[in-house]
Amino acid sequence: MYKGVRPPRPLSRRSFLGYGGAAAVVAGADRLLPARLRTEGSLHRGAPDVLDGKDGPIELVIAETEIRVGGRRARATTVNGTIPGPLLRFREGDEAVINVTNQLEENSSIHWHGILLPNAMDGVPNVTFPGIRPGETFSYRFPIRQYGTYWYHSHSGLQEQLGHYGPLVIDPAEGEPQLFDREHVVVLSDWTFEDPNRILAKLKKRPDYYNFQKRTVFDFFRDVGEHGLGAALSDRLEWGSMRMNSTDISDITGATYTYLMNGRAPDAGWTGLFQPGERVRLRFINASAASLLDVRIPGLPMTVMQVTGQHVRPVETDEIRIAIAERYDVIVEPTEDRAYTIFAEAMDRSGFARGTLAPREGMEAPVPPRRARPLLTMADMGMDHDMAGIDMADMGHDMGGMENAEMPGMGTPPDSVPAAAGHEGHVMPGMAMGLRPPGTLPEETMHGPDQHGKANASVPVSTRSRLAEPGAGLGEDGWRVLTYADIEALHPNAELRGPDREIELHLTGNMERFQWSIDGVKSSDADPIHVTLGERIRLILVNDTMMSHPMHLHGMFMELENGKGVVIPWVDTVNVKPAERVSVLFTADAPGPWAFHCHVLYHMYAGMFRVIHVMEPDVHMGHDED
Amino acid sequence: MRPAPWIICAALAMSVPVAARGQAMGDQAIYTYISFDELEYRAHADERPVLFDAMVWIGGDFNRLWAKGRGERPTRGGGSNVEGQLLYGRVVSPFWDLQAGVRIDVHSDGAERGARGLIAIGLQGLAPYWFEVESAVFVSHEGDVSARFQASLDLLLTQRLILEPELELDLAAQDVPEFGVASGLSTIEVGARVRYEIVREFAPYIGVSWERHAGTEGGSERDTSLVAGLSWWY
Repeated sequence: MYKGVRPPRPLSRRSFLGYGGAAAVVAGADRLLPARLRTEGSLHRGAPDVLDGKDGPIELVIAETEIRVGGRRARATTVNGTIPGPLLRFREGDEAVINVTNQLEENSSIHWHGILLPNAMDGVPNVTFPGIRPGETFSYRFPIRQYGTYWYHSHSGLQEQLGHYGPLVIDPAEGEPQLFDREHVVVLSDWTFEDPNRILAKLKKRPDYYNFQKRTVFDFFRDVGEHGLGAALSDRLEWGSMRMNSTDISDITGATYTYLMNGRAPDAGWTGLFQPGERVRLRFINASAASLLDVRIPGLPMTVMQVTGQHVRPVETDEIRIAIAERYDVIVEPTEDRAYTIFAEAMDRSGFARGTLAPREGMEAPVPPRRARPLLTMADMGMDHDMAGIDMADMGHDMGGMENAEMPGMGTPPDSVPAAAGHEGHVMPGMAMGLRPPGTLPEETMHGPDQHGKANASVPVSTRSRLAEPGAGLGEDGWRVLTYADIEALHPNAELRGPDREIELHLTGNMERFQWSIDGVKSSDADPIHVTLGERIRLILVNDTMMSHPMHLHGMFMELENGKGVVIPWVDTVNVKPAERVSVLFTADAPGPWAFHCHVLYHMYAGMFRVIHVMEPDVHMGHDED
Repeated sequence: MRPAPWIICAALAMSVPVAARGQAMGDQAIYTYISFDELEYRAHADERPVLFDAMVWIGGDFNRLWAKGRGERPTRGGGSNVEGQLLYGRVVSPFWDLQAGVRIDVHSDGAERGARGLIAIGLQGLAPYWFEVESAVFVSHEGDVSARFQASLDLLLTQRLILEPELELDLAAQDVPEFGVASGLSTIEVGARVRYEIVREFAPYIGVSWERHAGTEGGSERDTSLVAGLSWWY
């Protein structure tokens, strides 16, 4: 059984580094990590690994580059010649000036993932700007109004799969809430030697192309032996009747992917150095095109301090599922003079990225074996509950990981004011508050009659919050796994208003045709969703498919309603599990058309994408009620 | 048999996604699928025929142009049977394409050659429990009515070794002696093939096929044969 995360220990050392202090940490990191981000054997030498905004305008060049991955030559689309691209470093309060030159023979772009900026600087072709034409230079210029770990990538075609991504780090103006002695940026990604357009074409024609972990006839006989003929048969018939595959965990797998850590294949490995006794900050970034990765460091607990660039109350864990585009900053404290393996296993267990934390170069630690590939369950079909007999008291059973969940609050209307209950001292008694009461999550809800048309294979019977679940294939290993229910913001939310409006969006698709859409409508057939500037929106995301969809909103943070009351965490990407109902709040404070999409690159490209258009009240001609 | 030149031209012209590369969205892209499901030699006693069963579709998520061809030619003795279909298909529900178009049959017994045109309306897709189904009703230019139903299932022995049982039923409302069609259940064919996917796109196979042809003058002909062939798609 999955173990809940232990209560965070109090901060024993708390440090507010000044601007100079932060810079010192940064400078130290630079010196200690030569060639940290350089792709192994890159033929393009001389590009700096870290480009700091304080040194003047940053120059980036997008070009086709010859690289080596795992000893094999390949053509990549790179930023400044490496995979990942250079680390861009800014300080909160700076103005970013970044000149991007496109040396490709096709249009390109750079989107700054998670950055709050003027719409025209967001870098999404056909939504916020026309794109950067071949040979052209586009100057991005925007004030930096936040801190944290972010990344950047192409938003054009499938270029991101070819290596067009890199890390972006912003040091907080007020200093870090955690003391650390050094840091490493750890960019995780998936590399293929295939043309990504060909990958998509294969999936359109044969969606199980990359799945070599399906259940065979012999698996069936083994199940008959273990569970009896009736059980084995009814299980196969249940999946067969829905034309769904219980092994359909990832569309694209280790059959074509080489998983990279800072651009290095598992055999070469990347090494980050430490001195025993140091507090080491690891900034994990999942820059994969289509791979959710489960990250752990055997022998070393991780204390999570930031999630998608935002400070969280420190929480210790042993494994984190990092969805595509998410970032987790953790502190580790290796005390022994030995090496540790950083192991990032693909969700379907078909491969892994690997690196090493070591006191000296050349040291290695054992690489753990890959675990068995998980199977989807009835819960992923939204079929594990009988709604007719649903009993709210039973709901607590499914939220075993949520130690502080207060189930009696389930179903409280969103705009009601909760009792002034103390919640670890964060709720200020008497404060008028429109946020979801602490301990409450979206209720289990029967799916309505709308089947979302012919682009959607099926709908779950019911959907509910699964924030407290570790996810398919996790939680059975005897160690702790972080869930969304464990995350709370370090500081109370400044915005306490409840939502003015709820918008419910269903994530839809048909794996058999590799069609992906929202509410059954692919992006090019869809109208923008209009919201009014200043409006506070509750976005309810309902996953009607059997795959995970990391949903990303551009331009505005989403407040993840995970039952934490006023310490509601901010995220720019939220992974929605199969048959899950997730609720987020956002304040539409950034005018313009913003992309909202699944960060599985191929799902986005196939149509799981919407424009959320934040309009000035005077030009807004009326609500598009969803 | 090679695909007709127009098929090759259309495939080449349309295999580049319509949405220009480098743009934000590719959900309007046009794809071209070419498949030779069977390129097969049958080792039964007298005719030892070679067969092919091929399909092309060109299109997007909902609308596709389909071309289908199949044929048989004995390696001993003359004659051949070839048919081709050109269909427009539209997704009518998540797993089904409704298809409508024309079919041409060319029959030769070595000395004489006959041809006929037919109207075809079909439903193709994936039935519950993973049965690939292809069904159609045909009306010839002389008013002859017939129907065809095909179903197959992939059973994985390993991740690459796949057993595929198949069933085909041909029904006719009347005799059409020139094309060897008898009224009623004119043909029933049951087969099982084991293929090995060296890559997903290319798989040699062996198998066994049993078929029963009703004769137009009563009686019927039964054949059992070992088969061997290649399956390829792109």
